[in-house]
Amino acid sequence: MHLDPRVPDGPLETKWSDHQFDMKLVNPANRRKHRILVVGSGLAGASAAATLGEQGYEVLCFTFHDSPRRAHSIAAQGGINAAKNYQNDGDSVYRLFYDTIKGGDFRSREANVYRLAEISANIIDQCVAQGVPFAREYGGLLDNRSFGGAQVSRTFYARGQTGQQLLLGAYSALERQVRRGTVTVLPRTEMLDIVVVHGRARGILTRHLVTGKLERWVGDAVVLATGGYGNAFFLSTNAKACNVTATYRAYKKGAAFANPCFTQIHPTCIPVSGEYQSKLTLMSESLRNDGRVWVPLQAGDARQAQDIPESERDYYLERKYPSFGNLAPRDISSRSAKEVCDEGRGVGPGGLGVFLDFADAIRRLGVDTIKDRYGNLFEMYERITGEDPYVVPMRIYPAVHYTMGGLWVDYNLMSSLPGLHVLGEANFSDHGANRLGASALMQGLADGYFVIPHTLGDYLASTKLETVDTDHPAFTTTETEARNQIERLLAIGGSRTVDSFHRELGKILWEHCGMARSEAGLKRALELLPELRQEFWSDLRILGSGDELNQALEKAGRVADFLEFGELMCRDALHREESCGGHFRVEHQTTEGEAKRNDERFAYVAAWQYAGEDKEPILNREPLTFDNVQLATRSYK
Amino acid sequence: MKLRLKIWRQQGPHAAGEFVSYETADVSPDMSFLEMLDVLNETLQLRGDVPIAFDHDCREGICGSCAMMIDGVPHGPQKSTTVCQLHMRHYRDGATIVIEPWRAKAFPVIRDLVVDRGALDRIIQAGGYISVATGNAPEANGIPIGKDMVDRAMDAAQCIGCGACVAACPNASAMLFTAAKATHLGLLPQGQPERSHRAVNMVRQMDLETFGGCTNFGECSEACPKDIGLEVIARLNADFLQATLKEREGA
Repeated sequence: MHLDPRVPDGPLETKWSDHQFDMKLVNPANRRKHRILVVGSGLAGASAAATLGEQGYEVLCFTFHDSPRRAHSIAAQGGINAAKNYQNDGDSVYRLFYDTIKGGDFRSREANVYRLAEISANIIDQCVAQGVPFAREYGGLLDNRSFGGAQVSRTFYARGQTGQQLLLGAYSALERQVRRGTVTVLPRTEMLDIVVVHGRARGILTRHLVTGKLERWVGDAVVLATGGYGNAFFLSTNAKACNVTATYRAYKKGAAFANPCFTQIHPTCIPVSGEYQSKLTLMSESLRNDGRVWVPLQAGDARQAQDIPESERDYYLERKYPSFGNLAPRDISSRSAKEVCDEGRGVGPGGLGVFLDFADAIRRLGVDTIKDRYGNLFEMYERITGEDPYVVPMRIYPAVHYTMGGLWVDYNLMSSLPGLHVLGEANFSDHGANRLGASALMQGLADGYFVIPHTLGDYLASTKLETVDTDHPAFTTTETEARNQIERLLAIGGSRTVDSFHRELGKILWEHCGMARSEAGLKRALELLPELRQEFWSDLRILGSGDELNQALEKAGRVADFLEFGELMCRDALHREESCGGHFRVEHQTTEGEAKRNDERFAYVAAWQYAGEDKEPILNREPLTFDNVQLATRSYK
Repeated sequence: MKLRLKIWRQQGPHAAGEFVSYETADVSPDMSFLEMLDVLNETLQLRGDVPIAFDHDCREGICGSCAMMIDGVPHGPQKSTTVCQLHMRHYRDGATIVIEPWRAKAFPVIRDLVVDRGALDRIIQAGGYISVATGNAPEANGIPIGKDMVDRAMDAAQCIGCGACVAACPNASAMLFTAAKATHLGLLPQGQPERSHRAVNMVRQMDLETFGGCTNFGECSEACPKDIGLEVIARLNADFLQATLKEREGA
């Protein structure tokens, strides 16, 4: 497979503007003749569908939720970055670009990241015009807060519900297009596969979740905005329905999957409380602006937080990273929490937790200010744990949160399968080996509002597309395969529930492909996963039928893909013999326990190509060249 | 703890439904309500019973998917809390809990506790937006908006579209939902040009969807997991009245 990133020539600063001029356009009158299939209705999917609809394309937008507004983007709390420099603190497009490249531990593509930083300011303008109620200062201008991995305040926010407000903005733009007749939204409709005709993505196969009906959809291009695969771990901060099926199916149909081992473990989540735990809840990173992270100095100290004197506390982030302190990037903060817990200094049940303490901030700023900033997060914490964080410190522990890996895309966001475009968390492009806080919302909206509407036009205008309809044999074959899989799942008649398999998969991945990975552990996982998969296909029990609402059946299809995908993650983690960002190989660390990159061998994107059932996938490499930044050891000390 | 659950089971939109009783043991007070149902569903499947269907997703109280009447109250007994954020520590050992889907003509039951809330999307389609095409936006700080104003807009904008207001209303009215969106946009300077049309079109769509009329019971606001206040309804009524009067004068 030849991976051509198709990065435009010329200086970094003018690549995107030059490229916009160089790209071919589709005449407005011809746009309605092109049908675009957008899968997913989160920030990336909804903004893309709305904007393509505005431009006059015929857009179908598919979501497995009952409404596009339920997509998991809605749960993002903290904020969205933009290089507006409203705070006059030295921010610039270049600084946002540099912070993002460095935050990603030099494993992302310069040109894509620069474009992201460039577009960031437009996003804020767009969202304000839509009526997104971002927080403001008393003078009426927009307010900012700080976020991890940056020394400037560039994060725009709407209380602790920034994702909700941005998604509702994109959703309202989408519904406006539905009213205008340019976009059709298909709710409770899950994509099961991509249909490829003569080497191009020309359609999708879906299952209607209420009737079970399989349906064929043909289009001139397919846009996947189906989010990340954090739920491979079962316990994560992702919503319950988030899954890898769409992107994994695309991988099996020829789209390369890039850096699947780059997963982000978020440092501030509410710790696990029991075996029944169904998901983990994130506490926004913005809390680290005012909260101080600490554990007792002595291992096994079982005293209540308030009984431990100042001198017997270890504010370990402030100690180890004095210039960034509690705002050290996510991967570093998570690993540090794991370290202190491994030393036996963890707090709470099972010793898997650290304190996030607001006592100082409350003394300094008053309860009202803290309530104003984080009120809803504090309430959520109290609802879940039964403890009042205004009085006792929060207990937090890292949890899987985001996946930087995803389908490989070129500068135009097209995958290695022509016609298949991938946006948002589903692609790999902008965050390297670690994503900075408040950058996911930025990327989703940049891709959907400002990149794909241009690059998709270029693809359509410069490609001669043959006429295809849903009777094409490729549709028939794809439908037969999907039907067979559903029937097979229902016919097993074993003794275990789908959740029990999913939990077991999650435990294997968390133990061997989680915060710290080793060669032995990954090899062990690669033995365990095929065994588990075999057991799944011989002992799963799914009741009911395929032609009705059957939530266990839906899950089973997703878990079947996670079981295969888990292997790809471990294989990628095993091959990448370095530590970078969220990927920490215990064999590769400095004497101080920091991640040790190996730029000579691994400054590339690992893009895996499907080679067939039970065959090892093929590794393709896209070398990463850094013409504008110096490859440096990431330091937040 | 041990609980007795009476849960509405209905196989499909046109099937007859009934309450079915289940006993659950080993409920931990730290479980969420949905985790308690997860555990029940595991047990049901192991003994060969089809699990109970219910909508849920983020389990953080923000996506608005989860929706059920618990002992006659939308989202259950805890104020300002969605079902997914309700924890079992609020129940006593041996309690009986009755669980039903939202009941409203405009929300037909799909299966068990799952209902079709597509009508809410269609109300938004009728005008719950500011018409601004991508790329058309002026500089974000070009229009200063007072902090108080934006805070009030945010209070209304927090609506998660769960439909609890409809389920709580004796008339099954969607007035709180509709008014929250109209208020969020109507308080902001960007929302002014379309304010009148928005009010009229959204209310008309609400009527078309067979939601009932609002008679100011106030149950909606009590049930709202995001504490959206009744004043949003007063604002929408004022906008609607003004708009229809203007319409008449213009005609």
